Amino acid sequence: MAPAAVRLREAVALAGHFPLLAGVSFEIDEGEVALVRGPNGAGKTSLLRLCCGLLALRSGEGTVLGHDLSKDRRGVRRHVGLLGHQSLLYEELTVEENLRFALRASGSPADRAPAAVLRLGLTGRLGSTPVGRLSAGQRRRTALAVLLARDPGLWLLDEPHAGLDQEGRELLDELVAEARARGRTVLMCSHEHDRAAALSDRVIWMVGGRIVKEPVGVA
Amino acid sequence: MLRDAALVAGKDLRIELRSRVALNQVVPFAAAVVLLFGLALGPDRSVLAPAAAGLFWIAVLLSALLATQRSFAVESADGARDGLRLSGLDPAGIFLGKVGAVVAELLVLEVLLAFGVAVLYGAHLAGALVLLGSCLAASIGLGAVGIVYGAVASGLRVRETLLPLLILPVAAPVLLGATKAWDEALRGTPSHALGWLSLLAVFAVVYVAIGVVAFGPLLEDA
Amino acid sequence: MPSLRSRLVTLVGWLALVGVIATVWLGLFVTPDAVGFPDGLVRLLYVHPPMAWVAFVAYGMAFLSSLLYLWPRTRDMRFDRLAGASAEVGVVFTGLTLVTGSLWGRPTWGVWWTWDPLLTTTALLFVLYLGYLALRRVPGDPEAVAGRSAIAALIAFVDVPVVYFSVSWWRSLHQAPTVDFTGRHLYVHGSMAWTMLLGFVSFTLAYAWMTARRYRLASLAVQQEDEGLAHAIAERRAEGRVLV
Repeated sequence: MAPAAVRLREAVALAGHFPLLAGVSFEIDEGEVALVRGPNGAGKTSLLRLCCGLLALRSGEGTVLGHDLSKDRRGVRRHVGLLGHQSLLYEELTVEENLRFALRASGSPADRAPAAVLRLGLTGRLGSTPVGRLSAGQRRRTALAVLLARDPGLWLLDEPHAGLDQEGRELLDELVAEARARGRTVLMCSHEHDRAAALSDRVIWMVGGRIVKEPVGVA
Repeated sequence: MLRDAALVAGKDLRIELRSRVALNQVVPFAAAVVLLFGLALGPDRSVLAPAAAGLFWIAVLLSALLATQRSFAVESADGARDGLRLSGLDPAGIFLGKVGAVVAELLVLEVLLAFGVAVLYGAHLAGALVLLGSCLAASIGLGAVGIVYGAVASGLRVRETLLPLLILPVAAPVLLGATKAWDEALRGTPSHALGWLSLLAVFAVVYVAIGVVAFGPLLEDA
Repeated sequence: MPSLRSRLVTLVGWLALVGVIATVWLGLFVTPDAVGFPDGLVRLLYVHPPMAWVAFVAYGMAFLSSLLYLWPRTRDMRFDRLAGASAEVGVVFTGLTLVTGSLWGRPTWGVWWTWDPLLTTTALLFVLYLGYLALRRVPGDPEAVAGRSAIAALIAFVDVPVVYFSVSWWRSLHQAPTVDFTGRHLYVHGSMAWTMLLGFVSFTLAYAWMTARRYRLASLAVQQEDEGLAHAIAERRAEGRVLV
């Protein structure tokens, strides 16, 4: 049996005094694609942020790819990639410069950049355009190119389909399927339920900062 | 660590070169401050010239506040800390890189402003070595304090009002040391400035050391 | 039944109160007036130096506990609360030091303020630590607040000697040295020395009592928040039950 890529035990995370996560326990195996579903405010984004070491674990335990979430958050961050609401790109830098910086910063080989750019259709003049001048969808593609080029062990996708055109969504689905085939673990949340569910090995339901078993009455 | 520092400094300077915020906003701001001092103190050169060093450094200090705020504003909007944390860079490297970029910007500003002060206040620029040495040491000190506190305040909603309150009192020795070093140089007694230069150097070394050690925990938990 | 610790704090509080009253009484009515000083001014000697001393002790304590907080092996939120409590008391005493220093300055030097190195350093310290307290008051995750406050306390305390050194150097080089506190060859003797010593002891006790009380208040606030947290988690969990 493959070791768990993500393992949480009664994980609690707070924003000030508000419990974003009120005791979450689950495991995802390596190479698994898991979809988190639940209504707005259920804690889906918080769960992803916890798993990439951005949100502090207030109580409970957690490991991601063998790195402890409370003791070794830097180790966690080196092995995960987050595609979030904020693209975390530098507006003044071009697509290629952003990619080069992200790869060098994370110590990934720089030679993966051209393939990723090609794959996401960011070649030619687009590649040398400052990200600030791109459309929302093109920025999304740039962020996705960074993720693809880094190819971390755990992909955290927060509403990855949002802002992409039809072609982009299909491309995203392909990329996730390929990542899974390469043995990468994917944890995502998406309101494109059918599309995301078709990609996933299993669905995790969340309500009120917790995992629930039965998705009755949940949007 | 140094590799990461070079990477971050290169990235920050490239952003500055492209956006020209430092050149188009911070330099004119400093020029406006220098002009306003002239208005406040009157046109009498016998008043302005002796005060030139102090006024120059006040203008630099205020500009340094803007430069450090800018240094964190270029990190993607409200996700400044998230981006830096997720980047996988060594925190000490991030710190040194950001300080390096701010120091480079401040040095350019200081050179431009020095000519402005020479023209407007009739200060006679002399003792170039002392002038440049104190610029370098003072900028490193200001940059180090600025970047540490910039990280402390980044992500806080009150950062614009809090940052000056945090930085200005700590930077008081830099203001004193740099002003006195410039005074001596402008007066034609640069050899008297050595003590002040070493004060600036000690300040720079101490706060760079604190930054290198503290930036990790700061980025991590704070 | 109050705990031993809270009884000790109460005892320290009473001792401080008695000590301060005794200092005031001795300082105003028993000790002799010093020759060569404006009328009665020397009596500030029994409060001003002890206040400055307490401010410095308070900042030293804030620095030490911040250091202990930052050190991973001794990381404990109690050190954060102690640092905050101590710095707060320190700022109060710094303010009192400035006021009493100013009262001293008016008859002695003819001005309310002089750029005396000690006075200037104290004033800079005052704003420095006001900044620290302002930072502490910015809400956020308790550990994040503690972490950034501890680093700010570290920076502030390291700045103290640098500020003092540069300011005194600045004053000594180009201006005639100002009259410093001992400039008039004040001869402290007999009852004066005893009263001064009592002043130091009782103000230090007052510092200990105030810090302990402030610390206790902070602990109670945290306790209340923790209880609120348990409630908030229960409430958050109940969101699920309503929907499921």
